[in-house]
Amino acid sequence: MSLLPFAIAAWLFIIGLYGVVTSKNFVHLIMCLVIVQSSTYVLLLAIGYKVGGVAPVFAGVKVGTPAVDPVVQALMLTDIVVEATVAALLLALAVQAQKRFRTLNPDKLQELRG
Amino acid sequence: MTTQLAPLPVVIPLAAAGILAGLNKFTPRRLADIVSILVSAAVLGISLDLMNAAARQPILYWFGGWTPRSGVALGISFAIDPVGAGLASFASLLVLSAFVFSWRYFESVGTLFHALMLVFLAAMCGFSLTGDLFNLFVWFELMSAAAYALCGYKIEEVGPLQGALNFAITNTVGAFIVLTGIAVLYGHTGALNLAQIGRALGSDSSPIVIVAFVFIMAGFFVKAAIVPFHFWLADAHAVAPTPVCILFSGVMVELGLYAVARVYWSDMDGPFAPHRMALTSLLLSVGTITAAVGGMMCFAQQHIKRLLAYSTISHMGLMLIGFALLKPAALAGVALYVIGHGLVKSALFIVAGILLHRYATVDELRLHGHARRLHVTAGVWVFAGLGLAGLPPFATFLGEAAIEDAGEKAGQGWVWVVFLVSAVLTAGAVFRVGARVFRGWGTRQKSARGSKEIADKPETTPSRRGVPPQLFGPAAVLAALALAVGVTPGVRGVAQTAATRMADAAGYQAIVLDHASIPVNPPPVEHVFPMSSVLRGVVATGLALALAALSLSRYWRREYIVFKPVRGLISGLQQVHSGHVGDYVALLTLGVAAFGIVLPVLMKLGL
Amino acid sequence: MSRRVRSVLFVGSALAVFFVYLWAARGLPRFGHYQGPYGDVINQVGVFERHATDLVTAVNFDYRGFDTLGEEFILFISVIGVTLLLRQQPEEAKDEQDNMAKNDESLGRDAPEPSDATKVMTLALVGPLVAFGIYIVTHGQLSPGGGFQGGVILATAPLLVYLAGDYKTFQRVASHTVVEIGEAIGACAYVAVGLAGMAGGGLFLQNVLPLGTTGNINSAGTIAVISAGVGLEVAGGFVLLMHSFLEQALSLRLRSKQ
Repeated sequence: MSLLPFAIAAWLFIIGLYGVVTSKNFVHLIMCLVIVQSSTYVLLLAIGYKVGGVAPVFAGVKVGTPAVDPVVQALMLTDIVVEATVAALLLALAVQAQKRFRTLNPDKLQELRG
Repeated sequence: MTTQLAPLPVVIPLAAAGILAGLNKFTPRRLADIVSILVSAAVLGISLDLMNAAARQPILYWFGGWTPRSGVALGISFAIDPVGAGLASFASLLVLSAFVFSWRYFESVGTLFHALMLVFLAAMCGFSLTGDLFNLFVWFELMSAAAYALCGYKIEEVGPLQGALNFAITNTVGAFIVLTGIAVLYGHTGALNLAQIGRALGSDSSPIVIVAFVFIMAGFFVKAAIVPFHFWLADAHAVAPTPVCILFSGVMVELGLYAVARVYWSDMDGPFAPHRMALTSLLLSVGTITAAVGGMMCFAQQHIKRLLAYSTISHMGLMLIGFALLKPAALAGVALYVIGHGLVKSALFIVAGILLHRYATVDELRLHGHARRLHVTAGVWVFAGLGLAGLPPFATFLGEAAIEDAGEKAGQGWVWVVFLVSAVLTAGAVFRVGARVFRGWGTRQKSARGSKEIADKPETTPSRRGVPPQLFGPAAVLAALALAVGVTPGVRGVAQTAATRMADAAGYQAIVLDHASIPVNPPPVEHVFPMSSVLRGVVATGLALALAALSLSRYWRREYIVFKPVRGLISGLQQVHSGHVGDYVALLTLGVAAFGIVLPVLMKLGL
Repeated sequence: MSRRVRSVLFVGSALAVFFVYLWAARGLPRFGHYQGPYGDVINQVGVFERHATDLVTAVNFDYRGFDTLGEEFILFISVIGVTLLLRQQPEEAKDEQDNMAKNDESLGRDAPEPSDATKVMTLALVGPLVAFGIYIVTHGQLSPGGGFQGGVILATAPLLVYLAGDYKTFQRVASHTVVEIGEAIGACAYVAVGLAGMAGGGLFLQNVLPLGTTGNINSAGTIAVISAGVGLEVAGGFVLLMHSFLEQALSLRLRSKQ
């Protein structure tokens, strides 16, 4: 079933968002965001894959052998490290929330409304 | 020579930010201020130069020297046209104003603030100038990361945490949705360069293209604060420091709409050509709802910064309506409106900051009559309010008239109603606040929020004497500019040329991929406005003033039957804006689903 | 919105999005049959043009080097953001002084001293880890690796020191100011390399260093330099993140002996 990798990406996307929507803890919520992020990686890698292709590293491999797409791998690689730091930024906000409000529950942070 | 300057609007602020951040423990505050002001002024100058050069022929700059090989773009390009360079100039102007304002306003801030703002500027410039879809995404992410940090800057207080969390989480979800759309588009076309994608798509309107555009649109609409992706904006504005609010409302949200317009006009005009009506109908409805929701929530607010945030949402709805018409003439109107709105909104936020600085609160009811002695500030507030209402000849009026005119020509002659309602509600709220705070009109009421005050701590120590000119100066200058742009001769022609260039997909592809040199022939702009447009602008302002006066009079307190359903609607809306991030993301998903279902259905129906 | 309403609303919308997503995916090229020109062209020409065998790194630091500059700054800015968000408040400085008198504290938690086995293992691993990290950074153009991956590996070395000892040792090994300056140097190095490309009349980020021979460590021109700069920046960034979070750590281990 050739739609399976894309379905997995879609499923990760949805289930991660479900976690974000129903979370009772900000740290859990941020980890669910990381899951949504990984769905984009699965999608990108699935798009660039070639059956029987080698990695796009030609050390000792003749140029011209079918290789998978290096562009999506390059996009993903930097993205992983970068999104780790963005997650760190969100976690820093969560740490401060715990210190100031003594809670990590989104339901309890209700200062801003209307 | 000018081509050589192309990467500088991005490179100079990044380099300066890196140095300031590295040396932040050794750099005195004033030095950082001076460097930041010089850098933003330099970027402003360079961007204006680029805009000027791009008016003749878009500037193409291939990074690393990677020019395309037989139509396949290997590297990343800046494809600078007047709209992009214009947005970069506007962003640098607002950043410059924010730095000048924070010179005096922000008393205790380390140099990391300057580094964050400079990177924010670099990202906005990169975003406006790029010609590569993934590069657009990278600058989008950088803009967002800097924005999250700037929003949560005042962590000492309770509100900024929630505001920053809501902002960061919803916008991150939006970014992932955009990335999904980009990935799908890449899988279909094998390209990341906007021109190459456009050429590869041609007029292919298969489901994959539609859904890719839906995802890209929905993700960018989160940034652009379009309903139902808009919930984060009011929370973020309520708690971000004032210089940061200037940038958020003045240019950051508008860039979200710019991205959708850029992707549409470079890539999607071909696929959607036989189905333009479907897209127009969808976006016109969404824009109208946004304008209405924003306007109603704005009028019902008493927290001044939230009020201004909701008015931004309302005006974004109007700008979306302008884009939705999918005509270059309307796009020109949107460009003018963006500038006019950005200028007056910044001026209004600065005045709100001044009130916070002096009275430690931005609650309209608590400020009742306090600012009677601030005459110049009051003048700026009212003047900017007139600009917000679209009074001729402000730049907002020019934009509005162009959009309404294009609407009539496209068979959507009713758009002026939405503009009128939005102007009346938002400017009415602004005038009401002005009258209550600066003149003490209206009955004194207890703040409905009771004793628990939202964190309205002053961003700096209040001063007993009058408002220093460094504080109201930027506001006055920006508001005056909104009028000046409106009366500058030829500004409509410039906007028309820029819009025509942006909407010319085939020309864009030829310039980027074939090294072609394509002139642009914009339709001539009429010199005189139809009296009906001028009349609408004046009437809108008048109605806004009347609404403000009415809401302050004692008649407002009586429960008229006709107001009950409106009251119910407003309180229902306020319930939905709950401040809970789970609600926001659920509604965001609903929006994506709605777009993803409605657009293909409309297209199938033959629209 | 009540939890139930929110869940129902979300599940309905999510199912719709799921089906829309799959409806689009049917239009993608079959899985495993990547067709698009971009990747194939780079696979054909990358080795000859840049004398680099790892084309992923070549794409990252050369073909699409401008993207990577932006990504690097996202990291930079997020680290600044974390530093700002977790900065010590005046009332916290006072708390810390009260706590310093006691041995192990904060919320009544007693953290045990690390065992000797832990200390030996972690300290023994620090050397090899640093060497491995440098190896990954410098061999980016030859085999999978590069600044980003190597930088993260390098950043774990000070973390091992923290595991072996305590926060004070960690601070001595990786002083905050020095790491901050190092990180900024890494970030500015990328910009500087780009500007160097312009200096000779070329374009920003043009590869102006000699390309050397393929397969040699001394190849691929500016790719190696950028990789080193990025490695420095990423390592510095993650160490600064650790600084901010460890300082905030709800159980701070202080040794009364030192």
